[in-house]
Amino acid sequence: MPGAAVEIAGLNKRYGEFVAVDDVSLSIEPGEFVTLLGLSGSGKTTTLMAVAGLTEPDSGTISIDGRDILSLPPEKRGLGVVFQNYALFPHLDVFDNIAFPLRMRKWAEADISKAVERVLKVVSLEQFSDRRISALSGGQQQRVALARALVFEPPVLLMDEPLGALDRSLRDQLQTEIKRIQREFGVTVIYVTHDQEEALALSDRIAVMANGKICQLGSPDEIYERPNTGFVAGFVGDSNRITVSLGATEDRFRRVSARTAPELELLALDRTDGALEQAVLMVRPEAIEMSGERPDTDVNLLQARIELREFLGASIRFTLDTPLGPIHVRKGRSGPAAAFKPGNDIWISWSPTEGALFPPAS
Amino acid sequence: MTGRLSSAVLTAFAAAVCVFLVLPTLAVAPISFTETNFITFPPRGFTLHWYREFFERPEWIGSLGTSAVVAVLTAALSTTLGTMIALGLGQLPRRTGRAVTFFFIMPMVVPTIITAAALYTPFARAGLVASIPGLVLAHTVLALPFVIINVSAILQKLDRRVVDAARSLGATPTTAFVRVTLPILAPGITAGAVFAFITSFDEVVVALFIAGADATTLPVQMWSGIRFEISPIVAAASCLLLIVSCVVLTLFWLVQRR
Repeated sequence: MPGAAVEIAGLNKRYGEFVAVDDVSLSIEPGEFVTLLGLSGSGKTTTLMAVAGLTEPDSGTISIDGRDILSLPPEKRGLGVVFQNYALFPHLDVFDNIAFPLRMRKWAEADISKAVERVLKVVSLEQFSDRRISALSGGQQQRVALARALVFEPPVLLMDEPLGALDRSLRDQLQTEIKRIQREFGVTVIYVTHDQEEALALSDRIAVMANGKICQLGSPDEIYERPNTGFVAGFVGDSNRITVSLGATEDRFRRVSARTAPELELLALDRTDGALEQAVLMVRPEAIEMSGERPDTDVNLLQARIELREFLGASIRFTLDTPLGPIHVRKGRSGPAAAFKPGNDIWISWSPTEGALFPPAS
Repeated sequence: MTGRLSSAVLTAFAAAVCVFLVLPTLAVAPISFTETNFITFPPRGFTLHWYREFFERPEWIGSLGTSAVVAVLTAALSTTLGTMIALGLGQLPRRTGRAVTFFFIMPMVVPTIITAAALYTPFARAGLVASIPGLVLAHTVLALPFVIINVSAILQKLDRRVVDAARSLGATPTTAFVRVTLPILAPGITAGAVFAFITSFDEVVVALFIAGADATTLPVQMWSGIRFEISPIVAAASCLLLIVSCVVLTLFWLVQRR
């Protein structure tokens, strides 16, 4: 079955005084992979569980392909759900776990065998059909959970931190696999995670959530390159944050000066609402250029001394001592900057479009 | 070398403890074969006379029947009730749950004689004394904690999301309970049932109060047997009781191991 469209509108959920979900609306295209990204308590899991029917929202509507599902119990919604820690049935073996939704649908045993074998192949677990769940590794359990949620070919797959319990290398591998399987089934995915790298790698669109609200909705590129608030900029990817006083506006840019170095004038994109005196300047570590000679520019140019050089494999992270305070720069292993060593005096600069100003508390 | 020595000492000590615990129990076996008319140790001769007596005298074979019926009914009632209680306790907030659990565990901590004395008056008034229902109810009070503890232990380790998972996969609440919750709890329920059975089967204090001429259990019959007859029948009965307990425990162990 191809993926279905999901429409969430005006969703609210409170637990006593705590507002878990605050007026969340989200339209998801058929076959789209949308991630709800946020810290714990941001409302992402509550939103997901409301779609699954396992949490009852206080108000709002949820519809799938135009059909209101809010009044349906979870077993009637027909959505695939992959839970955190998998929630596999410990008393059943791999085959019976995956066959469970088909037995609930009263399929004939022959059809069940065929469907389970097919999905076992998709998740590369053909040999594990009669294993007990406790005899599987974390990654294998994750695959069983995925197979169980997909075997009845639901139009929508809901995933709650499915890779949270796994180590880094396994997560990378399974990420790729989830993406491949999603394409193969054409299923619409709503994916919940607190891991921004995971969100960036997997999603067609990301909804960054905080305090029960969606702060920004956009493609991974948009979220990373044009965060709309300081929170999003700080949460997705690394960034240098410098508190600055605001000066004159020039086109889309604004002149600013750091509190720690008032004499130094910097230029950055203005994302504040205007009326402020102070803002936070954010610059991505990889956007900053380093050079031994004074470069041919005066914009956002300053002198720095290298304090620390950390080799991270594909890249090198420098910690610099600058008039603005400590600044992080990340450079490719093979670039010219790789030769710089702690103690070197250098020049750094960045394009005004790479620096963005945000209200301080956002 | 000291390692091997100390491990030898430890083995010897453990063996000594086992002998100390088991030997008195095993001593009833030879006594039950004695040819004398009174309990004597060491036994003299060898006869199965006392076993035949046991199965031929109605007060003995009858009490075994009563015990079996009471124990089975107690196991059934306390397993059902105890499982329901454990499931209910699991829904409570942690702190309240713990307090209420303690309340249900009380009969295990309170000296049995107090429970017996407390039960006697209301049971007498309700006409439950000297009846099988009375014995079953009284024994259920004693057996409930074992079921609650065994089922709660599994419930605590259970990931509650499995029920949500079952629902999302198409199971109604009832189906999810029957197909997922119950099978997961099964080992705890079986363990509880076995403990409940044994608790009732060899219980004597409460039974002394509640049992009467119409409903005498085997332990009560043995108690009067040893007071009034000192007959080796008591030893034969002990052996039978021991065998029943061993068989039940072995069956249980075999089931759990699967």
